[in-house]
This record gives sequence, structure tokens and C-alpha cells, in this order.
Amino acid sequence: MSESKEIKLKGKQEVTAQAEQTTPGVVFTPLVDIFETEKTITLLADLPGVKADRLNIDLRDNVITIVGDISPVEGKDEEDLVVEYETGRYYRQFTLSEVVDQNKIDAKLADGVLRLTLPKVEKATPRKIAIKAA
Amino acid sequence: MIYRRFLGMPGWDFRSQYGELERVRRQMDRLFEGLAGQGQRTTAGVFPLVNLTENKDSFFVRAELPGMSSNELEIQATANSVSISGEREIPAEQAARYHRRERESGRFSRVVSLPQEINPDQVEAGLVDGILTVTLPKAEIAKPRQISVK
Repeated sequence: MSESKEIKLKGKQEVTAQAEQTTPGVVFTPLVDIFETEKTITLLADLPGVKADRLNIDLRDNVITIVGDISPVEGKDEEDLVVEYETGRYYRQFTLSEVVDQNKIDAKLADGVLRLTLPKVEKATPRKIAIKAA
Repeated sequence: MIYRRFLGMPGWDFRSQYGELERVRRQMDRLFEGLAGQGQRTTAGVFPLVNLTENKDSFFVRAELPGMSSNELEIQATANSVSISGEREIPAEQAARYHRRERESGRFSRVVSLPQEINPDQVEAGLVDGILTVTLPKAEIAKPRQISVK
């Protein structure tokens, strides 16, 4: 194993271009990993502070939308001394380039990380085509 | 909105020799905030970002550490500081083609100075939904006391 590197500070990215909100508050872009295998597309998103019942995932017209609301963790009598990060809603949208089997989408949320598995529909999985010699 | 920022650098003793320096730095921060618009926060530039709050009994240090389990974290407290270190591992997927890779893995270590003395024996830490909360009870001498006027 190679020596592990140190994490560079990225800071939270605020959403800038989005339809105006009806409720006040800051909206952040969650950091994601997206990878693809032959059969599935997997999306991992960091959503610290979001509980499963306040996370909404919506897929329509090949656009997947992730909206997560956080529940405040601070007690009522607490006073801020240092605020390095702010909290708020998480929002991110992706357009899927491949057709996804909507009935088999699987979403898991654990320790503030969402794992979304999107299986490709059968016809989109590559098939090996045997070439016959002439 | 003016926040008391004294964690500019890990290990700074903001109460004594750096007091003046810190005051100047805060003024600079405010100046830059005015120029760059809201949302600019000065941080120590070290992962993870922390929020520090207090109530009359304790200090609370919070950090966002999604995907980490408690055994990957190490928290140490002294009378006036707390250190949070650990390693965030993101296993690489086999036979997968990555389209985006924004989540970072690696080691981190951060020391947060506290404005008053705490009781390091009674420090508690909890990790819920990727948010770490370290509860640091204030030392008896640092707690505010109600004084009745006769």
C-alpha cells in the first residue's frame, strides 16, 4: 500500500444557479462520486446531517434530482463561537446518459453517505457480438 | 453577523500574546468579506471544518465527516484543546469507470483551541449521520456563577 495522502480542504460549495427558493436558507452542492460498471451506474453522495426521511430522490425524463434537508443538531441554548461551515439543504441534479431501469433503483443512506445504484436496462448492457470469419 | 474567531491557526493562544494580532486579522476578514460578498468564512484551511458552540456547561465542537465510522476517528482532549484526527477511506470500486470523483479520502488531523478550560476526563463524542459532535464540559472554575446581590 502506498502512503495515504492528506485530505485537502475543499469547503462546502453553495448552489448558485437554481430556481428561487420559497424557504430561506443556504443550499449546498453535495460532493459525489459516480462510476459505471457494465450493468449499473452508482452514485455516492456526501450528505452529512441528512436523515433518510428527509431525503428525496426523484427521477424523471432521465434527470435525477437529489434533495436533502438537514435537521439541526445544535441545542437551543447553544451560542455560536466559531462558524467555519454552514448547514442547509443539499441539492444536485444529474442527467443520465443511459436508460435506467426505474423499478430497480436502490438507495441506501448510511453515516451521511447516499449510495444510489441505478441498474441499466437490459438493452443498454453491451452484448458481445461474435464476428464470423468470411 | 460577527463571529468570534480565534481558531485562525491551530494552537494559537488567542487570549494572551496574539490578542492584538487576532484583532487585526479579524478586521481584515471583515474587510475582505465586504469585498467578496457574504458567505466567505476564514478558516484554518485544515480539514475538517469545525463549528464551535457553547452553553453554560459545555463547549461543543462539530465537524462534518460523512462516511466515517467511530473506530476510524481519534479524539484527544487536554485542558484547553481538543484534537480530531483520523483517516477517511473510500474503497476503490473494482472494474468500474469513474465519471466523477469529488469525494476525498486520506488522513487528517486538526487541533482546536478552546477559549476556556475544560474537564478532559468527561469529554464525550458522538457520530450521527456523518456529523461528529464532541461535548467538552467546562471546568468548574470556568463556569459562570450566579451571584446574588444582597
